[in-house]
Amino acid sequence: MTAVLDVREAWKVYPGTPPVESVRGVSFTVERGELTTVVGASGSGKTTLLNLAAGLDRPTSGTIRIAGHPIENLSDRMLSGLRAHRLGVVFQRFHLLTHLSVTDNVAMGLLYRGVPAGLRRAAASEALERVGLSHRAGHRADRLSGGEQQRVAIARAVVGRPELVFADEPTGNLDSVSGAGVLELLGELNRDGTTIVVITHDAKVAAAGRRLIEMRDGRIVRDSGGTP
Amino acid sequence: MTLSTELRPPRLRAADLLPVATGGLRTRRARLLLSILGIAIGISAIVAVLGITRSSQADLLARLDRLGTNLMTVFNGSNLSGREVPLPATAALTIRHTEGVEAVAPTAELDGIGVYRSDLIPPQITGGLSVRAADSSLVPTLRGATLVGKHLDEMIGGYPVTVLGHAAAKTLGIADLSGTPRVWIGGRWYTVIGILRPLELAAEIDRSALIGFPSAARDFGHNGRPSRIYVRSRTERTQAVSELLARAANPRSPHEVAVSRPSDALTARLEVADSATALFVGLGAVALLVGGVGIANVMIVSVLERRAEIGLRRALGAARRHVAAQFILESLLLGFAGGVVGVLAGAVITCVVAAGRGWQVLIPPEALGGGLVTAVAIGTLSGIYPAMRAASVPPTEALRTS
Ligand SMILES: Nc1ncnc2c1ncn2[C@@H]1O[C@H](COP(=O)(O)OP(=O)(O)O)[C@@H](O)[C@H]1O
Ligand SMILES: [Mg+2]
Repeated sequence: MTAVLDVREAWKVYPGTPPVESVRGVSFTVERGELTTVVGASGSGKTTLLNLAAGLDRPTSGTIRIAGHPIENLSDRMLSGLRAHRLGVVFQRFHLLTHLSVTDNVAMGLLYRGVPAGLRRAAASEALERVGLSHRAGHRADRLSGGEQQRVAIARAVVGRPELVFADEPTGNLDSVSGAGVLELLGELNRDGTTIVVITHDAKVAAAGRRLIEMRDGRIVRDSGGTP
Repeated sequence: MTLSTELRPPRLRAADLLPVATGGLRTRRARLLLSILGIAIGISAIVAVLGITRSSQADLLARLDRLGTNLMTVFNGSNLSGREVPLPATAALTIRHTEGVEAVAPTAELDGIGVYRSDLIPPQITGGLSVRAADSSLVPTLRGATLVGKHLDEMIGGYPVTVLGHAAAKTLGIADLSGTPRVWIGGRWYTVIGILRPLELAAEIDRSALIGFPSAARDFGHNGRPSRIYVRSRTERTQAVSELLARAANPRSPHEVAVSRPSDALTARLEVADSATALFVGLGAVALLVGGVGIANVMIVSVLERRAEIGLRRALGAARRHVAAQFILESLLLGFAGGVVGVLAGAVITCVVAAGRGWQVLIPPEALGGGLVTAVAIGTLSGIYPAMRAASVPPTEALRTS
């Protein structure tokens, strides 16, 4: 069976004087069902790596296969399709649309798959149940606490049951209690079968992960599991 | 696991595009209202100008229709004191026998005779009114009507009675026939037996006191020679008749005779209205251009403010075309809203102006439809560049934290 994610010798160099080498020859593989935690100091290249792995950006060199598809061969449109159908992303800054209800925000996770509105809402209700927020379904997104908003964002990422979910510092904007709750939720979703890659600079969060990848200066300096 | 290896492009249902586009409009309401103002003003100006012009033209056309374009006046010019010079005594008869003539009404301005409310007013204060001899053919030929009383007919033509033109009655301060009003004409009292409605094609009759030819002969020694003759022809013969009238009226010196067609003044106003319309529609077009730039401006600012939202949508799988479509539609809706407001405002302005002038309201449907289509087109065009900017926002924008 093919790996959900396969990163081979990926480089990301931002042009400039001097050029910024944010990711320098990174290789790793994520298998179905894994919960991978990427740690590293601020500026070590974690977000840049996630952009590449989640098909949001293209590497300067190297190959990245998402669900078996090498993304360098994909048009922008097909890469978008890959994101719509296969991937979910959770952001540090939640990125909820404040004028929409909680349910509608979650349903947006299926908007660009062409799923009819009724089915989107039904799936959103189910996803809200999974993150324990059914009782806030009708509220406007900006009425919720930070921890709740991040759980809504997680529900949006998993509503279409994607093959791979990325989270970039999902606890970065939360207090420690809400942050712990969010990490617990990600752990539960993983136990239910969701493949997750979490990025953090928080060592405590790192301890909760089963597999740990440590980055420094754009390179992987330690990988506790998987095949490099 | 065949499904998992298949590659599919993203898809945004048409039914979802509208809520996606209006979502951006629901926030930032005040700014959006301002942004559609330019379009609304431009469209309302164009609709109002077309509506008002059309209503006024309809009114003119209705009046022309009612008054006819087949009325002509024949007169012999004026003397040094501005009084009309008499035509030959046979003029009315000759004209009546001209091919194509339907009705003839001779009138004679009485030189040096004025009409006054009382015998105490100095004769030189004429109030711009004149005294004319006329007969019963006058009012039918002009398609006029009496406001009160009756028109002088041949039977009472010999008595000292007068019918006043509308403006003349007003100037003399006579509104109706109560109390049997009299006027002082050339040193005699004349009883007012009727007042005419305004005559649009014969302002000189409006400003006259009319007496019968027999009274004119008896009281003022008038010789019966007309100074101005009104002629109705068969409409399709009007041009031909007008060319024959001068010779018929005054065979010896036809070049002295002036033949005119009073309805020409109304016809000319139709053309003036047309050229004024072109000017105002041009001004409206400038307002539209400014309005379009306004919308483009607001949309560009909106794209800058919403980079995170755009990045999010791209991260959720939106293709560039979906983002572009969202912003184009948003801009189109702004144009449409401006168009609706403009068309409504233009229609209201037209109604108010038309009601104020007593016209029938007539707004050309093509101005309404064209106004909306134009507004939508401008909104769409204004959205193209902002939409291109939006579509070029990279998906990585969603993960930026600063
Ligand atoms: N768009 C960019 N252009 C230039 N340099 C960038 C860009 N994005 C990130 N970098 C640089 O790449 C390095 C890694 O950044 P990042 O991946 O955000 O690190 P982390 O997420 O681990 O804090 C940093 O030095 C940052 O300044
Ligand atoms: Mg980062």
